[in-house]
Amino acid sequence: MATPARYLTQKIAKALVWSAALSTIAVMVLILFKVLSEGLPSLGLRFFFDSPKEMGREGGILPMILGTAALTAVALSVATPLGIGTAIFLREYTREGRISRMIRFGTDCLAGVPSIIFGLFGFVFFVIYLKMGWSILSGGLTLAAMILPTIISTSEEAIKAIPEKYREVSYSLGGTKWQTVIHTILPSALPGIFTGIILSIGRSIGETAALVLTAGSSLLMPTSLSSPIRTMSVHFYILATEGISMKMAYETGAALILLVLFVNTIANWLLNRYVRHRS
Amino acid sequence: MRDFLSLFLSFLLIVLTTGACQRSRAGMTVAGSTSVEPFAELLAEEYMSRNPASHIYVQGGGSTAGIEAAMTHAANIGMSSRSLLPKEKNLHTLMIAKDAIAIIVNPKNPIHDLSMDQVRSVFSGKMRNWKDLGGLPHPIVLVNREEGSGTRESFQKFVMEKEEISLDSLVQNTNGAIRQVVSNDPNAIGYLSLGLVNDQVKALKISGIEPDVANIESGKYALVRPFLFVLDGEPTGEVKAFIEFVLSPPAQKLLAKEGLVPVTKPSGD
Amino acid sequence: MKEKIIEKTLLLVALSSVLILALITFFIFQQGLPLISKVGLRAFILGERWVPSQGSFAILPMIVSSFWVTFGALALSIPLGLACTIFLKEWSPPSAGLVLRPAIHLLAAIPSVIYGFWGLVVLVPLVRNYLGGPGLSILSGSVILGFMILPTIISISEDSLRALPPTYKEGALALGATHWQTIWRVLIPAARSGIVTSIVLGMGRAVGETMAMIMILGNSVKMPTSFLDSARTLTTNIGLEMAYASGDHRQALFATGIVLFVIIMLLNSLAIFLSRRRID
Repeated sequence: MATPARYLTQKIAKALVWSAALSTIAVMVLILFKVLSEGLPSLGLRFFFDSPKEMGREGGILPMILGTAALTAVALSVATPLGIGTAIFLREYTREGRISRMIRFGTDCLAGVPSIIFGLFGFVFFVIYLKMGWSILSGGLTLAAMILPTIISTSEEAIKAIPEKYREVSYSLGGTKWQTVIHTILPSALPGIFTGIILSIGRSIGETAALVLTAGSSLLMPTSLSSPIRTMSVHFYILATEGISMKMAYETGAALILLVLFVNTIANWLLNRYVRHRS
Repeated sequence: MRDFLSLFLSFLLIVLTTGACQRSRAGMTVAGSTSVEPFAELLAEEYMSRNPASHIYVQGGGSTAGIEAAMTHAANIGMSSRSLLPKEKNLHTLMIAKDAIAIIVNPKNPIHDLSMDQVRSVFSGKMRNWKDLGGLPHPIVLVNREEGSGTRESFQKFVMEKEEISLDSLVQNTNGAIRQVVSNDPNAIGYLSLGLVNDQVKALKISGIEPDVANIESGKYALVRPFLFVLDGEPTGEVKAFIEFVLSPPAQKLLAKEGLVPVTKPSGD
Repeated sequence: MKEKIIEKTLLLVALSSVLILALITFFIFQQGLPLISKVGLRAFILGERWVPSQGSFAILPMIVSSFWVTFGALALSIPLGLACTIFLKEWSPPSAGLVLRPAIHLLAAIPSVIYGFWGLVVLVPLVRNYLGGPGLSILSGSVILGFMILPTIISISEDSLRALPPTYKEGALALGATHWQTIWRVLIPAARSGIVTSIVLGMGRAVGETMAMIMILGNSVKMPTSFLDSARTLTTNIGLEMAYASGDHRQALFATGIVLFVIIMLLNSLAIFLSRRRID
């Protein structure tokens, strides 16, 4: 009687899979819920516009927000041109060969380097060797190296998706390769590239290990690119581990989650729109 | 795209020159011991609120790094929680406060007094269970600072002397984190700057001597270390103004409120 | 002519990622190798005492701990990840996928310090009160890490399941197999290399995690003997002591970074190799 046994196995398997999946979802929800439920109620506007007082026991996180924004801006302004340029080169100016394989290998490897190693590198290269000190600049440049692979791969995907027709039309009208890139390829690839940028913003917001070693942990409002700064994630980490104020820790954590949620939703929306647009 | 590339190249140029200019950052840098750091930050905050034009950056790095920073002028003032070694002696040193190291346990722990010998056997791993000390039968959980910490060095010097702290111990990299772990774990024991002890943890008496200001000043409580500001030469200008503020009664009162032992008598300001 | 210049410029730009990788490798090795040659590679990797104040630099406990924590994380995330993947692909209503897939992307984007924090305030006390030990342990670390790498495993495995030709499923069902038999005996084995790639990538992420691990592993330097013991991984060794270290100590931390870097590069090369093979 083999038949009943098979269906019994299926029933058990289905039950196991469902319970595993549901419990996973439950745990994930729990994690977010814990931080949001404790942090959201006391979150007020003054939290976002005040500076921290008494080492973070009170006040707000304005310097951290500004610092995070400045850091991300520096990282993006370096990584975006480099990333798009790499993608353009790989897709438009070269065929699969030794050089492109080497570049892809380098990019893939870079994507896998752990953040603490970036931190060590940023520390010895930017902070010490280039004498930039602990600063938004050091942190931003380190971050640029970390987000470069993401920008390269999303840009490449975006360019790859553009139909050959577009290029043929451009060439047949007498355009050079570069003109084709500027006027035809890039504009069409923009949504996809943008998605990569948004994803990188999300990554930058959450980055902690590398930034502690390169951007420092000053509580003060940054005054220039060479000011040391504590990002939101670093501030949250310090508040959480030192027990300075659990209330502030939860609030900062809630703000972090909301920010990441916001950024990610935009990225998803862009992705959907872009994908729908393509097909 | 041409302008794009040139924009990028000019950005690079700006970035590199800004980076090179970081030396001329306005303001004062105070760097060193992370034990002194929170208090220096408080003092800086207070000073900056009284003198809005000034800018004081406080950063950690450890006592040794702070002394080095003072020597190399990487910082205007170095902070140290240990006394200077002979080779560092030609720096200008000012004691801004005295700090005691408290041995802390969880408030639920019935023990409130240990002898120095007992503390040593606990931290070296010789005694492993609270029942050997008259407490409940639970294994002792040691909490330690990480290597390189001035607080750990002081603890090693004053308490452990020649013995090694057990490698079994948990390690946390800030004073605050040690306090957190001890306050959450009923079986934990650690050490902390007295100034950071709050009602989440309990400071033990050592052979009957309570770690309070009176006993520290009289010398009865022996686990005391100096908080130092270290400079290369006499202070001038803004640095001098800040130091004068730090040694003034209102600042010392602030430090006393935070649990440190002032070096100049605070008045009612 | 202008085209030539542009092409050359773009080539330089494209080489930036290779250049950065080379720089990272160079500096990490330059800072760490002197210490390894001073102490001896064998002593460094196989010794058990990390006591910088006495000049003892050996990282075997960290290597073992990294392995244990990762192994524990995989033990959790592989079954859960496969279950969620199967659930998503085969056994959930289509509308659920619209909610669940973005949710998984979101979870992948949550900063690791949030996971670590949750582990600290919820999981660690649970372990301490019900299982013993200080709570700050390999077990707590593994659980949190397992959840952190779940999104990686789920999304890549799902992609490879989706890439299978529909004939696989149709054929098996036509032959009278149950849905489960089809999944377990046909689809999963066919998507095997993609699933393995996802696991290797998850492993890479697990080995490289720092902040959450500093928060919940307890960081003791001793060789762990049980899942309830506190431990220190290669990453947390660096993250914990880097801020203060100088001289030999700092070099030893870079040397730890070299070992970590080599392990990660090996794992990543394996993942790249597997995923490239899959595409062909």
